Amino acid sequence: MKLKFIEAKIAKLLMILSTMIVFGCVASIICVIAAKGIPALSWEMISELPGDGFYIGKEGGFLNAIVGSIYIVGASTILGLAFSIPVVFYMNVYLRKGSRFAFYARLAYDVLLGVPSIIYGAFGFTIMIYFGLRTSLLGGIIVITLLIIPILIRSMDEVARQMPRDILDASFSLGATRLETIGVVMRQIAPGIATATLLSIGRAIGDAAAVLFTAGYSDSIPTSLSQPAATLPLAVFFQLTSPIEEVQNRAYAAALVLTIIILILSIVGRIITTHFSKNKIQ
Amino acid sequence: MNNREELEKNNRCRTAKDRIAKAIMKLLTITSVLLLIIIGIGLYFKSAPILHEKSLWELISTSQWKPLKGDFGFFPFIMSTLAVTALAVIWALPVSLLNAIMLTENSRPFAKRIVLPTLDILAGIPSVVYGVWGILIIVPWISDRFAPHFVEYSTGYTVLAGGIVLGIMILPMLISLFVELFSSVPKELRDASLSLGATKWQTTKFVVLRKTLPGIFAALILAISRAMGETIAVLMVCGNIIQAPHSLFDGCYPLPALIANNYGEMLSLPMYESALMFAALILFVVVLLFNIASRLIMHRIEKSFA
Repeated sequence: MKLKFIEAKIAKLLMILSTMIVFGCVASIICVIAAKGIPALSWEMISELPGDGFYIGKEGGFLNAIVGSIYIVGASTILGLAFSIPVVFYMNVYLRKGSRFAFYARLAYDVLLGVPSIIYGAFGFTIMIYFGLRTSLLGGIIVITLLIIPILIRSMDEVARQMPRDILDASFSLGATRLETIGVVMRQIAPGIATATLLSIGRAIGDAAAVLFTAGYSDSIPTSLSQPAATLPLAVFFQLTSPIEEVQNRAYAAALVLTIIILILSIVGRIITTHFSKNKIQ
Repeated sequence: MNNREELEKNNRCRTAKDRIAKAIMKLLTITSVLLLIIIGIGLYFKSAPILHEKSLWELISTSQWKPLKGDFGFFPFIMSTLAVTALAVIWALPVSLLNAIMLTENSRPFAKRIVLPTLDILAGIPSVVYGVWGILIIVPWISDRFAPHFVEYSTGYTVLAGGIVLGIMILPMLISLFVELFSSVPKELRDASLSLGATKWQTTKFVVLRKTLPGIFAALILAISRAMGETIAVLMVCGNIIQAPHSLFDGCYPLPALIANNYGEMLSLPMYESALMFAALILFVVVLLFNIASRLIMHRIEKSFA
């Protein structure tokens, strides 16, 4: 056999091996989290607040973290969408196709996308100190909103850029102003908005470094914006460092809940991209 | 007559609305772009006190870290960050390259349909879950199985553990960037090579990889900057020992971990806050430069293929 065929065989083998590594990692992560989490997970865990002596292994659950995460993720997703949809609309309808401003804006969002969440956290923390805020639900919401805005903008923008220019022209030719074309544009990029939202929810719910500084942690469900709020990733993080086994088990249970949420988001995202982008006018 | 006036009024109202909306949207766009600059300026002002007191070189080259005495040497943290990141990239790069080649060059379409959703899941898993996995699987494996071959004793919370976990975390990003890159190579180039009798692997090696080399480099620096900022997962498995690591089995203390672990106490000491913000500033500047460089390279490639 010629050398080049042997080389090709070896390369192929290495490729299969590397694919196996990736699959192995995913399987290992999900299996380990499931194996540790399922025995630890109970209805009590996700429906009760931490009771007295929770951190020495007494009864209670992490409802505070679940609700805290929902508050922060829900509010920041709504705020983020309200902020980023106009930006995407502006970049794709008001600005010309080869606009320099749009180019630099996209570059800036790409860079913001790469800024680690710990820096958002540290920056948010200094801003909060400046305004005299303490760790609170509000702080968490603001920082997570800042964190997901670039994700929302960039992933919606990708879809909006694919939008055929003719659709805009058709709308303009009927006498609509650019603002009035928003309905047409929104219809076109609706699947993009949905996937962008899911993507940012996934990022927001899993983020620990940014909320560590800004939302803090508390054992109760926050009743106002100025109270600190617990979040699921931090519940995992803090409980795992405990030397007591029961508390550690709760960390595994919380990690399982978090993983299940991510899996659901990922599956729903797939369904949306495969089913709803088919009937697009190209 | 009356009707026409009304219509004109209506039109003026509509164009006014359009203009107001434009102004608001422009403002929102500019604000969000400015966020990048504001973060940079904010971090700089916060770290200004320590930069006034000590020279930049002194801060990043000394290794004394005693906040109580006012000694802030960032050398161990910088070296830890570099060590963990380098390790992650060294093993993740070949794996992701081979994987992307497999997906674009060698496999049938159904493989893409299985692998891409799997990568989606991998990309979506929160870093704290990676951390839990690292503690449960990687750390015990290092301390019980792997490290005893090389050193007498290791806790398992090491540079190696950090590098392995971090490598997995950047895999999905690298693979999807590479897949996109390889798919952009025109089919004609491959056909030309194949028709001359080259094997698929030779075509990959001499045509696809050579053609996309700048893009691979761009993806790599993007991955490096992502890896540098990763906090919670690395913090959980790397041991948090303040030292410049000398071997794979030493504990280490990367910059993001430094910030995350000490934010609670940072207001209690005069220079402490400034020092931690300086750590954030170092990270920010590196990430900023790497990202801009990488995006500009990618943009140029996009243009050249279009």
